[in-house]
Amino acid sequence: MQKPILEVDGLKKYFDIKGGPIGRKVGEVKAVDDVSFMVMEGEILGIVGESGCGKSTTGKAILRLIEPTAGKVKFQDKEITNLSSSEMRSLRKDMQIIFQDPYASLNPRHTVEKIVGEPLLVHGMTSSIQRMKRVRELLEVVGLSPYHAKRYPHQFSGGQRQRVGIARALANNPKLVICDEPVSALDVSIQSQILNLMEKLRDEFNLTYIFIAHDLSVVKHISDRIGVMYLGRMVELTDKNKLYDDPKHPYTQALLSAVPLPDPDLRRERIILKGDVPSPANPPSGCAFHTRCPYAMDICKEVRPDFKPVEDNHFVACHLYE
Amino acid sequence: MTEIVLELKELHTHFFTDSGEIPAVNGVSIKVHKGEVVGIVGESGSGKSVTSLSVMRLIPTPPGKIVSGEINFKGENLVRSSEKRMKKLRGNEISMIFQEPMTSLNPLFTIGNQLIEAIRLHQKITKKEARKKAVEMLQLVGIPRADEVVSEYPHQLSGGMRQRVMIAMAMSCDPELLIADEPTTALDVTIQAQILDLMRNLNEKEETAILLITHDLGVVAEICDRVVVMYAGQIVEEGTTREILKAPEHPYTQGLIKSLPKMHEREQQLYSIPGVVPKPKMGRAGCHFAPRCEFAFDRCFQENPDLYALDNNRLSRCFLHDDKEGKVKKHAEADIGS
Repeated sequence: MQKPILEVDGLKKYFDIKGGPIGRKVGEVKAVDDVSFMVMEGEILGIVGESGCGKSTTGKAILRLIEPTAGKVKFQDKEITNLSSSEMRSLRKDMQIIFQDPYASLNPRHTVEKIVGEPLLVHGMTSSIQRMKRVRELLEVVGLSPYHAKRYPHQFSGGQRQRVGIARALANNPKLVICDEPVSALDVSIQSQILNLMEKLRDEFNLTYIFIAHDLSVVKHISDRIGVMYLGRMVELTDKNKLYDDPKHPYTQALLSAVPLPDPDLRRERIILKGDVPSPANPPSGCAFHTRCPYAMDICKEVRPDFKPVEDNHFVACHLYE
Repeated sequence: MTEIVLELKELHTHFFTDSGEIPAVNGVSIKVHKGEVVGIVGESGSGKSVTSLSVMRLIPTPPGKIVSGEINFKGENLVRSSEKRMKKLRGNEISMIFQEPMTSLNPLFTIGNQLIEAIRLHQKITKKEARKKAVEMLQLVGIPRADEVVSEYPHQLSGGMRQRVMIAMAMSCDPELLIADEPTTALDVTIQAQILDLMRNLNEKEETAILLITHDLGVVAEICDRVVVMYAGQIVEEGTTREILKAPEHPYTQGLIKSLPKMHEREQQLYSIPGVVPKPKMGRAGCHFAPRCEFAFDRCFQENPDLYALDNNRLSRCFLHDDKEGKVKKHAEADIGS
């Protein structure tokens, strides 16, 4: 049996809302509200959800790029939530992140060599000749040419920039890579190149990914298991095929039926949700989804459903399955 | 056959920059019939947005310019129309919805104010009547509490709501043609489903012709009757939605469809088109797609293929169709789109 590389238990991140004349705290945005899951070694865990559901915050809180408000994160059986920042820094060698926007996440004043080489320098590779060698090696791994090392980010297309971002993340041979919407900003034909590259790298370097995205078909393609988030909470988590063949949570069902498919013969019954996602500053009582849920019952308004298994390996937070 | 609302003939829109002339739209011909939804699909830089802005005559000049071609809107050539005439048409007979619902509304005015302005600009009615009409329009696009929303400001609404307001504004004067430039790209899937539903309803009820610009083939399958695929400023393929998605003829369209991750199939590796989307440039020899095409042969690198007319009014810009002789007519001789 595989062993978990990352365990997240009851992770919470509340952002304070400041207001009034002296900037007192007037409320909280519950961006991530009690999220728990495990990631196995060599696995790709997808996290999907609409904007504002807290998926990116979850990713950043795991790396402690944002300090979580509460909860535990265990990486390779080691509790990391109470490590000092210097200990955390050396641990980040094993945990890396790839960002969404390939235009904003690379420093325009640095050459690719400097961008990709910086994590090497931070983690102790002081010889510049060694670094240069490693950077060229990395560029080849991600499908760029060694001569690209001397270029600046603006000389690259979006897909190539994302490759640079991936090379940077891989520089120190990480074990876990958190990918925050890595292909959302790319064109379709480029997107598939990057997805294939990421899969190839996973096999080659035995990586574990947490793949955060809003595009359900992309997540389905690349992940082994998928978690669905809504308003800061995980509502369903299971194997990818189970999730798409037999979604349990009403939100997952609606989300799946709302994706437009490029096939004119597939006429599905579409569940169109009414209204908008409520504000996470003032989430509905009980189950956060009850305001839009077609099956909402009285209990949904009062009691928050637990996130628990309804079948083997299939976790759902919904009162319908109790 | 139903009447043609919009007809683009060999439209060339070029941009004149320091680094030379860029043919962003390079000889595009499209017909849109009454009550029809036509989709323009392409990746970034394919010229789909410039095509739509050309129709509205909203290309910033300089650096851009409609170099040649015709834009016939109900028999009137818009390329020659005066700015005064265009102001009359815009928002009245041709409306446009933009991608960014966050930035296309003025944050300093209430929703009602902006709707009433649009209505009163084109119709001679009193403020009171215009306000009533504004509320009606908001109800039509499915905004709850429409009579309250009228006096609210854009920041009080969510992205989906703002896009509804934009649609309400665009539809307020019963346009003949609605141009929607990536109307759902900035929205979440569940909200996107609502907006597409709304656009389809309006299309059926009011018989408004819609020109939809998108990069998402899923959206195309949902709503479009006909699809035009663009690549590097040119049309590479045209046909009905079903044909394009089910049996694409052009290697680019085939590659594009193959490279989408499928939700209902299991596959190991995604197909991907090698290389990157080229930037349009003047005097490029050969087919624009040839460097990325797996079927490319010598001729593809020497001359640019014409659009070949295939069965069922389909068009495809590829020399591969040259083999099936007798069956294929050149674009110019064929009676397309009618």
